[in-house]
Amino acid sequence: MVALVIAEHNDSALRPTMLNVIAAAAACSGEVHVLVAGEGCAAAAQDAATVEGVSKVLLAEGAQFAGGLAENIAAQVLAISGEYSHILAPATPFGKNILPRVAAKLDVSQVSEITRVVSADTFERPIYAGSAIATVRSKDAIKVITVRTTSFAAQGKSAAAAPIEASAPISVSTRARLVSKESLATDRPDLTAAKIVVAGGRGLASRENFEQQLAPLATKLHAAVGASRAAVDAGYAANDCQVGQTGKVVAPQLYIAVGISGAIQHLAGMKDSKVIVAINKDPDAPIFSIADYGLVGDLNEVLPQFTAGL
Amino acid sequence: MMDKTLPQFGPRESMEYDAVIVGGGPAGLSAAIRLKQRAASEGTEVSVCVLEKGSEIGAHILSGAVMDPIAMTELFPDWKSRGAPLDVEVTEDRFLFLTEKKAYKAPNRLLPECFQNHGNYVVSLGNVVRWLGAQAEELGVEIFAGFAAAEVLYNDDGSVKGVATGNMGINKLGEASANFQPGMELHAKYTLFAEGARGHLGKQVIQRFDLLKDRDAPTYAIGIKELWEIDPKMHQPGLVIHTAGWPLDSDTYGGSFLYHLDNNQVAVGYVVGLAYQNPYLSPFEEFQRYKTHPEIRKFFEGGRRLSYGARAIAAGGLQSLPKLVFPGGALIGCDAGFLNASRIKGSHAAIKSGMLAADATFDALRAARQSDELAAYPAAFKESWLHEELYRARNFKPWMAKGLGIGTLMVGIDQLVLRGKAPWTLRHRHADHECLKPAKESTPIVYPKPDGKLTFDRLSSVFISNTNHEEDQPAHLTLKSRTVPVDINLEKYAGPEQRYCPAGVYEFVRAENGRDLLQINAQNCLHCKTCDIKDPTQNIVWVTPEGSGGPCYPGM
Amino acid sequence: MKVLVSVKRVVDHNVTVRVKADGSGVETANVKMSINPFDEIAVEAAVRLKEAGIATEVIAVSCGSSQSQETLRTALAIGADRGILVECEGELQPLAVAKLLKAIVEKEQPQLIIAGKQAIDDDCSQTGQMLAALCDLPQATFASKIEYQNNLLTVTREVDGGSETLELVPPAIVTTDLRLNEPRYVTLPSIVKAKKKPIDVIPANSLDVDIATNLEVLKVSEPPARKPGVKVGDVNALIQKLKSEVNVI
Repeated sequence: MVALVIAEHNDSALRPTMLNVIAAAAACSGEVHVLVAGEGCAAAAQDAATVEGVSKVLLAEGAQFAGGLAENIAAQVLAISGEYSHILAPATPFGKNILPRVAAKLDVSQVSEITRVVSADTFERPIYAGSAIATVRSKDAIKVITVRTTSFAAQGKSAAAAPIEASAPISVSTRARLVSKESLATDRPDLTAAKIVVAGGRGLASRENFEQQLAPLATKLHAAVGASRAAVDAGYAANDCQVGQTGKVVAPQLYIAVGISGAIQHLAGMKDSKVIVAINKDPDAPIFSIADYGLVGDLNEVLPQFTAGL
Repeated sequence: MMDKTLPQFGPRESMEYDAVIVGGGPAGLSAAIRLKQRAASEGTEVSVCVLEKGSEIGAHILSGAVMDPIAMTELFPDWKSRGAPLDVEVTEDRFLFLTEKKAYKAPNRLLPECFQNHGNYVVSLGNVVRWLGAQAEELGVEIFAGFAAAEVLYNDDGSVKGVATGNMGINKLGEASANFQPGMELHAKYTLFAEGARGHLGKQVIQRFDLLKDRDAPTYAIGIKELWEIDPKMHQPGLVIHTAGWPLDSDTYGGSFLYHLDNNQVAVGYVVGLAYQNPYLSPFEEFQRYKTHPEIRKFFEGGRRLSYGARAIAAGGLQSLPKLVFPGGALIGCDAGFLNASRIKGSHAAIKSGMLAADATFDALRAARQSDELAAYPAAFKESWLHEELYRARNFKPWMAKGLGIGTLMVGIDQLVLRGKAPWTLRHRHADHECLKPAKESTPIVYPKPDGKLTFDRLSSVFISNTNHEEDQPAHLTLKSRTVPVDINLEKYAGPEQRYCPAGVYEFVRAENGRDLLQINAQNCLHCKTCDIKDPTQNIVWVTPEGSGGPCYPGM
Repeated sequence: MKVLVSVKRVVDHNVTVRVKADGSGVETANVKMSINPFDEIAVEAAVRLKEAGIATEVIAVSCGSSQSQETLRTALAIGADRGILVECEGELQPLAVAKLLKAIVEKEQPQLIIAGKQAIDDDCSQTGQMLAALCDLPQATFASKIEYQNNLLTVTREVDGGSETLELVPPAIVTTDLRLNEPRYVTLPSIVKAKKKPIDVIPANSLDVDIATNLEVLKVSEPPARKPGVKVGDVNALIQKLKSEVNVI
């Protein structure tokens, strides 16, 4: 039983979240190989070779992989899929784009966005936007899996590098072509994709205060700014930063809730965050019942200290 | 609301029907079904449409409910074989008088007939209505769910011409957004209003045609309900329990219901008359507190709450029933107020009134009439078992309004001894909104904090009612005056809307400048209409939000 | 150009789903069902292509029980021209749906297939890509913009940290992201009209497709509740913990 991980990389290194995917792969199978496909991506392969638990890196280089087109990468995966028991990729736009093509061609079901490996064939995955957890068992010979990276601890680095082997690049004719890539050039990351979210509630008491108090902290942490519905309704924040049942659902690494009481409607939008911090002057606020770290205090004093202390 | 947007978009489109029915509840759907049945049996065509503001038929339906199948049997003699979801027959009736620690069971032989439920069914009215909706569609009724009738249209002669649906895609500022869709006019020979208690258009029609002339003020109650899944060991399908007494004081009309359905489900609810006087009273918290009574909590320990909702109930009975017809249409179901408060049952009355109005409508259409008064409907009502039943029950609510002690005694005499044929008829003298006493003459009530297992707060309750409104729209809870909420409601009555609203729509918050403000969280609104009824100066006016908004009850 | 849109009937997004007490799934009895929101965006995109004179016909396809006809009616009310229901009972895995859709694609020969990027019930995000693979078609997933000119589709897709633009030679498959469009409000006349549009019902077992799955749902449970953590005394203690204990800043 060997697991194959499809690497998402920027040619020079793996995306950091690949360490979590490799961890999930290691939980599925004793041996893990990593496929690095791209053009001029030998450095990324070397990066992959130093991840703990990786016993071999397959490097497929060719112009057809440069844009990361699903058609081409899927074809490469399929060419080498025969010897693997598991094929994994991150549940990111990259992995979600490629892996279903692989599964369909192998005539197996894909297990999407797993959050836990119960055993080599049994996995947990959230359904209904996290309102329920399904435990599923795959009887397919090859398990094709995308991984929710935040649910797995990152794999460490190994002292000894694994061997890197060239994988003969497969060429397919495809009628898709990458025209351009545009990166989002804003100071603040997108709310749903941000690693850190600083969110304000009605405790901010005014639109001016909302901006003045939250912005410096968010900028310092390179965080997105969110808001509770109460804050949006009161006009402190724009509609599109609302987090909650009727707003956006976020699951960042760190969610800092400032002056948010924690109505269930809000919790529905952020309870899957990895670490939750609550700052509120009311010690009985429901937000404290789900916060990993709570700080009772006047946010007008706490926030400047927080920003300054970073 | 219309004038701002209409000029830009030209006249609204219209569609023509023989009958337009506003509201897809038991009354509206029964009327629609009856019209189609009559047309089929007499070999003619009748075009009928039903407008429903909920996102689907049944989405806004909330009731106890124990259903008397009498009217259903008249509508569909074969309802059983058609699969109507009346599955759980009442197996046991209990009536309990509660004190804080104890419960006293009324002997069944002393229980007035109105509290005896033999032959009735414990149902989810939402599911019954979903079933009725399917029957209606099969018969060719056009059902438009997710469209709110927002405006009554009148002919030049003053008769009702139909209704217009609300505009869609108006933003918070009242401007048309990119997706704006103007409302649609639905013209009909007859328009039947079946919006339920305190219908938004029904209220306007009642005013315009002065339909309450020489009638008592309508009076209402608020019913708050939860659906639970309980420990199978505690579950007894068909068990029906009603209580009076604790936690309400004896001067406040109210009580509870607790009905065992199938699948280990229990519907539990609390009803509080909206003529209550103490502005500190919170029907929601009374309900939560009621569940902690030892005789009640035993059912729910280890269970889980599945759903929540609330609705105002028309409790005025015969004395408060408006004139039912006006040129071009009629009021049916709880939009008129046909509920029998003594039995806390209205669905059979809704179905019956819908059928009676449909018969009158159909006969008028066949006689090529239109837009006139359907006098045959009130005439048929007078001759019906429904009138007889409501006549017998007419003194129940007024007696109970006099307090639990004398109320119980006199209801006993009225119902057991005189069987509703007493030579007296009691009056409802005051509208509910006139009944509040100033805060300084009232005793604040301290309610226990919710434990999150048996008792809950408002917002986590609203969460499981699946309530949602498109965010970018004007608040549908409108204020006639912006200053009244703080200057009168808060100053004089300690802000009763924060307490009677079962959804936390109304919140008084202190702004940075130290001034109090009324914050209206319109998105939480369950469409129960309590604020429209109880607001002491009638400053709050409930209007329909964008279609589809509101709760989405799963089988309540 | 003929456009095919796949639509799925799912629990309405406003409904708080409830796990059944026996762990066999989530409660769907008497729960409001709707068109999957991403599929609604797909239908809207197709209808806009028709209104722009690019699409000649918009066909909505759904695989599922007979009740999925309601979902197709929603698509028809938005403006699709006709519907196809591939009827079968029981839950279908995305692979099975992709196989069934492939049979329809072969029959209808659309130039463009638009699907939602994922269904909000099983959150799989597989069907469009699988269909593309099975039909050997180029794909552009998570689209936020679709343009068509000189027999080329130009699709902007949302990726981490930005977007990328692909050019596809039709026939091709596009899956929709939230930002592609805001579906219109359907009007009463369009609902009336939709009732008269044709829906072909094709039994799934007439398509000679193997829809059996090797994926078994063992149980469905409530997500574990978060436990309350600790209160910290001051800001410095908080920063210390975020740095050393959980490593998030």
